[in-house]
Amino acid sequence: MHPIAAIMRRELRSYFVTPVAYVFLVIFLVLAGLLTFYAGDFYERGLADLQPFFVMHPWLYLILAPALSMRMWAEESKAGTLELLLTLPVTLVQAMLGKFLAAWLFLGLALALTFPIWITVNYLGDPDNGVIFAGYLGSWLMAGAFLAIGACLSTLTRSQVVAFILTALVCVLLILVGQPQVLDFVQGALPRKLVNGVAHLSILRHFEAIARGVLDVRDLMYFLFTIFAWLTAGVLVLDLKRAR
Amino acid sequence: MIEADRLTRCYGRLIAVDALSIRAEPGQVLGLLGPNGAGKSTAMRMIAGFLAPTSGTARVCGHDVQREPLKAKRALGYLPEGAPSYGEMTVREFLTFILRVRALPAETGFRRFDEVVTHLQLEDVLDQCIDTLSKGLRRRVGLAQAILHDPPVLMLDEPTDGLDPNQKHAVRRLIDSMARERTILISTHLLEEVHALCNRVVIIARGRLLADATPAELEARSRYHGAVSFSAPGSGVSQEMLGRLPQVAAIEVDPLDGRITVFPKPGARVLEPVEDLLRQQGLEVSEIQLERGRLDEVFRQITMGESA
Repeated sequence: MHPIAAIMRRELRSYFVTPVAYVFLVIFLVLAGLLTFYAGDFYERGLADLQPFFVMHPWLYLILAPALSMRMWAEESKAGTLELLLTLPVTLVQAMLGKFLAAWLFLGLALALTFPIWITVNYLGDPDNGVIFAGYLGSWLMAGAFLAIGACLSTLTRSQVVAFILTALVCVLLILVGQPQVLDFVQGALPRKLVNGVAHLSILRHFEAIARGVLDVRDLMYFLFTIFAWLTAGVLVLDLKRAR
Repeated sequence: MIEADRLTRCYGRLIAVDALSIRAEPGQVLGLLGPNGAGKSTAMRMIAGFLAPTSGTARVCGHDVQREPLKAKRALGYLPEGAPSYGEMTVREFLTFILRVRALPAETGFRRFDEVVTHLQLEDVLDQCIDTLSKGLRRRVGLAQAILHDPPVLMLDEPTDGLDPNQKHAVRRLIDSMARERTILISTHLLEEVHALCNRVVIIARGRLLADATPAELEARSRYHGAVSFSAPGSGVSQEMLGRLPQVAAIEVDPLDGRITVFPKPGARVLEPVEDLLRQQGLEVSEIQLERGRLDEVFRQITMGESA
């Protein structure tokens, strides 16, 4: 078996032998439902789509993705298993990918388990399932971006709490940075081009485009590049720690 | 084969390992001996590729651990200090994970798994969580992990630390049985271990190599080497008479049990003259012992001499 697959399997197993997986899945599904029906006005809108469902996902991931990613490296440092893992014949990139993919697949599973809401909307009306599919894809990509940020920040510390807080902080910044209020605020201070650049960093802007059913290559690239960049940064941190 | 060439590691201004050069060949069990904090673990971590050296190189089976890390790591079985393992896994899952990461072909993998499990007597705990195992068993799981791929080079950081005497004995027998065609580097601060296991010893303190010798050579450095000690209760063995023997350098009497130790002059043997003298005087001696030398004394002398 390839080392990446072996590490991914081990990580996934460890979610399920500890209560982590079940607690996470239950909270994820309950929150996803509650937010959609109460905060998202699923019924009152009278539209057969999943917009109210997807709109809440950034906020859902803001809490739950860091909870999933915080242990990724912090726990290994603390328990001393990092020394074991990194003296096995695997590269840092392989170890990072294995861990990240496990978390991403697991969040994918959580997302897939929201299928009753998809059935509901199809039962109630006649939604555009292409748009819904795009929404799921965008949501999963966004989850990947959050998890990659968490994977990187988890390498910085032995404390899972610190990893959680750092990750949540960076994620909330990435969500808020595209909000009109924030842009208005920096408008005066920064040159126009920079403001536009900052707005492009926003996770929300790219996610909302995909969730509306517009699969633009630029939005997909944004998420894939975010994942790539943060995972690379995580690998660099691990490598620096060897030499520090 | 393990080769370390002027291996150095600094943490900020602290020099943890200072230009350490060691070399261990197949068939050798090299003991890395030193007080706590001497840099043993840091040196091993660099050889295992976990830490990058500040300067110097380490090679495992000819593969530079910095330039060809995967090749070096494949040739190496490593038990880190404290034998860390994933506590939430069962022994079976953990060892299977190691097999998978090491990408051993299925057939060899299964065969090795069975061999190692039998060898380390882990059959009964295969399906127990590692977290629930005793310290001794966890150490054995760590050893199993290290030898699973039948590596030509083994590096064990304090393999018997925290084990009871029976477990220590078992682990030492295991290491002994693997020593013939492998290169083994163990770190320890237990002197008895050196006697029991190693055919060469490297003593380090404050990151620096202070001695590189066989255990016998080290013992020969002891002032007890070749000394004779005996108890002669009730009989007034005259120290004066012993002192007159030409081969004798000094005499010490243990204030607690009255045991007499006779130290030889350099190069001289005192056992026979002392025995002759006792016989001539018709003195009863319950038992007489020729000392090989005391490693603990040599160890203290070498490692403390450095600070004085």
